[in-house]
Amino acid sequence: MSIRRRSMLIAVSLALGACGNLQPWVKPYERDRLADPIMSWDRDAVSAAYLDHVYESREGSRGGTGTAGGGCGCN
Amino acid sequence: MLRVTGAAVLPDDRADVFYSSYNGGGMDITGESVLVRKKFAEQFAVEANYFVDTVSGASVDVLSNASVIKDKRKQKSLSVEYIHDKTTYNLSYTNSTERDYISNTTHFSLSQDMFGELTTVSLGFTRSRNQVGENDGTSFAPIIDWLGHSDSRSYDAGVSQVITRNLIAGLTFDVITDQGYLSNPYRFIIYFDPTNPRGFSEGDQVYPNTRTSSAVEARAKYYLPYRAALGATYRYFSDTWGIRANTTELTYTQPVSNVWILEGRFRYYSQGHATFYSDLFPFAGAQNFESRDKELAASKNNTVGGKLTYTFLPDGWKMFKRGTATLDISRIQFKYGDFRDIKDFAGTSEVDAPLYRFNATVFQIYLSMYF
Repeated sequence: MSIRRRSMLIAVSLALGACGNLQPWVKPYERDRLADPIMSWDRDAVSAAYLDHVYESREGSRGGTGTAGGGCGCN
Repeated sequence: MLRVTGAAVLPDDRADVFYSSYNGGGMDITGESVLVRKKFAEQFAVEANYFVDTVSGASVDVLSNASVIKDKRKQKSLSVEYIHDKTTYNLSYTNSTERDYISNTTHFSLSQDMFGELTTVSLGFTRSRNQVGENDGTSFAPIIDWLGHSDSRSYDAGVSQVITRNLIAGLTFDVITDQGYLSNPYRFIIYFDPTNPRGFSEGDQVYPNTRTSSAVEARAKYYLPYRAALGATYRYFSDTWGIRANTTELTYTQPVSNVWILEGRFRYYSQGHATFYSDLFPFAGAQNFESRDKELAASKNNTVGGKLTYTFLPDGWKMFKRGTATLDISRIQFKYGDFRDIKDFAGTSEVDAPLYRFNATVFQIYLSMYF
């Protein structure tokens, strides 16, 4: 085994070992702020989907949102 | 694309009644929606949504060639969510129907919590089959000419990561492929024509039959030292039609007591034009593919919006845990870099016409009951 391959093997082993010992650094009892409704990505699904639709119908880009198909309704 | 969440727990049961209005660019659209979401045995959740858009008026590139349009779009969707251990499965079906457009969409996604529930990885697949038609009649006596079908497939992957007790971040990537009839039958191109007293003549749009796009979005939300949240999102988009787009959005959420939540947002969007787009082609048949859809033009828009949520029945009442009433208003300014309203064309030169721009106001009001 070449030195290069051996080095890679050691690096991968260390990385996997590190994952194996990975401990949650934010404990469950420390997640009260993250659980606050003001921290949710979208508090209201209907409103978020509606605004996504408003933009997708008037812009050339799409994706990156929760809009699931549907017509344009915008001629 | 998926909405990546933090943990494998189903959200609360809720029922929403929603009203919206969009006014701008010659169009008035009102929307009404009802949503009901219910859990069963803490493992299953079913969500049903019905949405009706009523459109009147038409955007300038249609208005200049056709009568004013009145139409309704009805969208029905049903989704089922199932949680097993740390994995959430979601299956949904959506049907959207207009007089001249029918769309059926199926979506499947799964998300997995890992690393002590600090990380959520999600994968999804969406397929839409669409039937595209043109109304050759009037709004009151429609004659629909069905022109073709299109088929869209979307593949997405996302990761959400708790960084600190105050910060959560997410990254999502999606690829969408389309094939079939992708043009808009109500729009047309114009080309320079010195034999026409107007200086130009109209022709049919010719679109490619395929399109592939990709979008990557990064987002983060930070809990400030006092009870408030700051959110930031950036998205980069590109496709095989030559469109490149950037979207940036900032939000600030501020609760006031336990009753009110105020939210402000700013969004900025910019895109370059598609390679086969032109406001005025030099002659008929100048290119293999030709479009004058203003959605494919170079454009920018910015949004300033505000949202006010009022919580009532905070201690619950009978079967309800609480309720919220929300008012949301957005003002959007659209500016085009190479699209002009042909009504503004003076004589034979489009250069004299101003670039098109318009403002839109989007208004939403809804009532949500949690139970």
